[in-house]
Amino acid sequence: MPEAQTHDKEHDHDRPWFLGHHWENPQQQFEAGKLGMWLFLATEVLLFGGLFVGYSVWRGNHPELFQFGSKYLNTAMGATNTVVLICSSLTMAWAVTAAQQNKQKLLKIMLTLTLAGAVTFLVIKYFEYTHKFNEGIYPGISFYQQPGEKSHYWDKSMVAFARPTWTIPVANVAPDLTMPMSEMSTVAAAATGPAGFNAAALETVEGGEALIHTPTPEEATHAIALEHADVDQPMHHLQDPLRPRDAHMFFNIYFMMTGLHGIHVLLGIFLMGWLLYRANKGHFSDKYFTPIDLGGLYWHVVDLIWIFLFPLFYLI
Amino acid sequence: MSIYGDSTKASSGTNYLTHTRGFLSWALTLDHKRIGVMYLVSVLTAFFFAGMAAMALRLELIAPGEWFLSQDNYNQMFTVHGALMVFLVLIPAVPAAMGNFVLPIMLGAKDVAFPRLNLFSYWLWVTGALFFVLALLTGGLDTGWTFYTPYSIEGDDHMSGAMGGVIPALTGAFVLGFSSIFTGLNFIVTIHRLRPPGMTWFRMPLFLWAIYATAIIQVMATPILGITLALLIVERAFGIGIFNPALGGDPVLYQHFFWFYSHPAVYIMILPGMGIISELISVHSHKHIFGYRFIAFSSVAIAIFGFLVWGHHMFTSGQSPLMNIMFSAITFSVSIPSAIKVFNWLATLYKGSISLNTPMLYALSFLFIFTIGGLTGLHLGTLATDIHLHDTYFVVAHFHYVMMGSAMIAMFGGLHHWWPKITGRMYNETLGRIACGLVFFGFNATFFTQFILGSKGMPRRYADYSAELMGAENFEIFHFWHFWSTIGSFVMALGFFLMLGYLVHSMFKGRQAPDNPWGGGSLEWQCSSPPPHDNFSEPPTVGDCYDYSMLEWDEKIQGYHRREEAATSGE
Repeated sequence: MPEAQTHDKEHDHDRPWFLGHHWENPQQQFEAGKLGMWLFLATEVLLFGGLFVGYSVWRGNHPELFQFGSKYLNTAMGATNTVVLICSSLTMAWAVTAAQQNKQKLLKIMLTLTLAGAVTFLVIKYFEYTHKFNEGIYPGISFYQQPGEKSHYWDKSMVAFARPTWTIPVANVAPDLTMPMSEMSTVAAAATGPAGFNAAALETVEGGEALIHTPTPEEATHAIALEHADVDQPMHHLQDPLRPRDAHMFFNIYFMMTGLHGIHVLLGIFLMGWLLYRANKGHFSDKYFTPIDLGGLYWHVVDLIWIFLFPLFYLI
Repeated sequence: MSIYGDSTKASSGTNYLTHTRGFLSWALTLDHKRIGVMYLVSVLTAFFFAGMAAMALRLELIAPGEWFLSQDNYNQMFTVHGALMVFLVLIPAVPAAMGNFVLPIMLGAKDVAFPRLNLFSYWLWVTGALFFVLALLTGGLDTGWTFYTPYSIEGDDHMSGAMGGVIPALTGAFVLGFSSIFTGLNFIVTIHRLRPPGMTWFRMPLFLWAIYATAIIQVMATPILGITLALLIVERAFGIGIFNPALGGDPVLYQHFFWFYSHPAVYIMILPGMGIISELISVHSHKHIFGYRFIAFSSVAIAIFGFLVWGHHMFTSGQSPLMNIMFSAITFSVSIPSAIKVFNWLATLYKGSISLNTPMLYALSFLFIFTIGGLTGLHLGTLATDIHLHDTYFVVAHFHYVMMGSAMIAMFGGLHHWWPKITGRMYNETLGRIACGLVFFGFNATFFTQFILGSKGMPRRYADYSAELMGAENFEIFHFWHFWSTIGSFVMALGFFLMLGYLVHSMFKGRQAPDNPWGGGSLEWQCSSPPPHDNFSEPPTVGDCYDYSMLEWDEKIQGYHRREEAATSGE
């Protein structure tokens, strides 16, 4: 974030308190702050740009992952959050106008509303994430933990601090979760190379936990029947017969992008709190509103990124 | 502590070093000059440790067998050397250290646009450095500085967690990336908004053009590194699988992301060095720079081309042949602006009144070394020869010619050039020339031998080259050149220690520096040595910074001064 022109008590008599010693006039300082903020926002867009490129690569190569994964997302919550963010962007813009017109009370109200919007967004996001976790949809390798099984994180043999030894279930047909593990590996051992089978994946399968399974014609018919099952109430993702290989990838991209966005919303909350604190101290006026203006720019970009994330994950 | 309302203190006769005292007056300073000095000390400290790691590597390779380092130690040592040199030294060395000190004064400004952000980015650098220390304490890492997957996501449970340092190192590089972004952002805004009246774009010294082009790369490329490292940290901690082939991920995607930053980063390292050379060649030849606009625009051109060539690091990584051809072609096009610079420097030297001062010797070393480094880049950019030379010592020699021999030599040239301005003291000129000679000959002995090693097929990153591994006749060749390469590295180290000695000595016992010891025309030579706290008490007069006709040598002050009668006539 660009340098905040914090106020200072020991000011020259002919210079406004907010003017840094190296500036000619407030106009120059304001324009520099604005340029700095736009550059910073460009870096933010590029930061997310890497993830958007990753999204495009994966979507281009594996559209089936996105078709499968998006039905597990709660569109209603996503849409609500979109509305919340757009409203908070409105109140933020209103706050900037209030500062420019020196309406102190309105400024405080609008900043408070923006802050409330940011908090609401994160609360909704919290419930959304918690719901995902309860369904067993975790980021990372714990995506493949069976219901009731303990988390794969921090398991010395599972976590990537150690050489990865986890298994990758490659199945077009649901493994019967009631089947004991030992029997399952027998099924896997009997299986002969299914179409599209990845040799690299086989190498990582260790310790008789393989879930590789070739569908028999009967099972394939069964799978087609399940395809028309009720998609509004998806079953546990590991039991879903339509689960494509590497289904975890959709959710990992989802968690990374919304997570990074969430971190930015959190930073926005701190920013709004700081602006509100300074507004309460009466720092801002029609002569000096740079921090409000720049904070507003930041908040609009956070909003804008969500405007892209929402359709990319929830809608299409 | 406040930088506000200082105009009253400007006339008190103090300079930026004596303006205030105490540890906090440095640690919390908002003065770009002090921040620049802190960067300089920090960067040179990191350079010392990275250099020690390099000496350990060379010592191991002086003879076959694992006689000094084990293979694991060797792997960790070259990783530490590479990561420290790239992230802690080369990237901040010229822009953050030299740039911070020189840029605002050269521009005629009182400070950078955002002094607090400037201080923040320095402390981010320190934080990043501490993360690297943490990485060493938590088991080190042996991924190479590039953190390639799958090396960086594999653990070493069979080797008692020797890779525990990967996540701290990644975090450190991530933090250092933000330090770099903020420095670049600050410089762009400073150059756009803080030019005093009369300082038009085409009156700016070429160092500022170079820093400006560099800053664009820093701001536009580094976020990609940030997100890549963030993904890699999560990948390693949770196994999200984006870069992990065992989880269906794509390790080549990691290489694309990584080099999309790290190739432009090469120009973050070399472009400011080129800017320094433009200043040194002109000032110490006492001749107007030749082809000002060509040099200025070639910096911008290099910055733009730099974004389009990252694939040449991946010719053997499984890119499509079409992409290889395109990346190869664009790679060649980078040589055009680079050659423009070299020819303009040569034309500046032509018929100049050359003073072979220490900074000039570094500049001439740069010309020699950079030309070799650039031309050998063509061998690597050519697809057919690259297949043969890939991952051999030829690559090591090439990038050391450009990074160490060009970027660092330029940095040391700049250090000697601005040393009187920074410290207010002159160093011992004779010792300076001897040290430069030791560094130059030591450098070439160390790395020219490695071109031969590489073309003979010695692979890089090997701890050993015994006859059993390489075959008897190869062994003879490898041993001979490795031996001389190590000898060269010791000569170079001797030069650096000599430099350290006389520079430290000069700070206490050196002759008082005149305001303009070399006869430079840019604005930093108009203020005192060392400069006052807020650089200029009144707006400086901006003229052609490469016009030396009004400067004449003054025996009394052992420096140059401006002729009185010419001062007002202007040109």
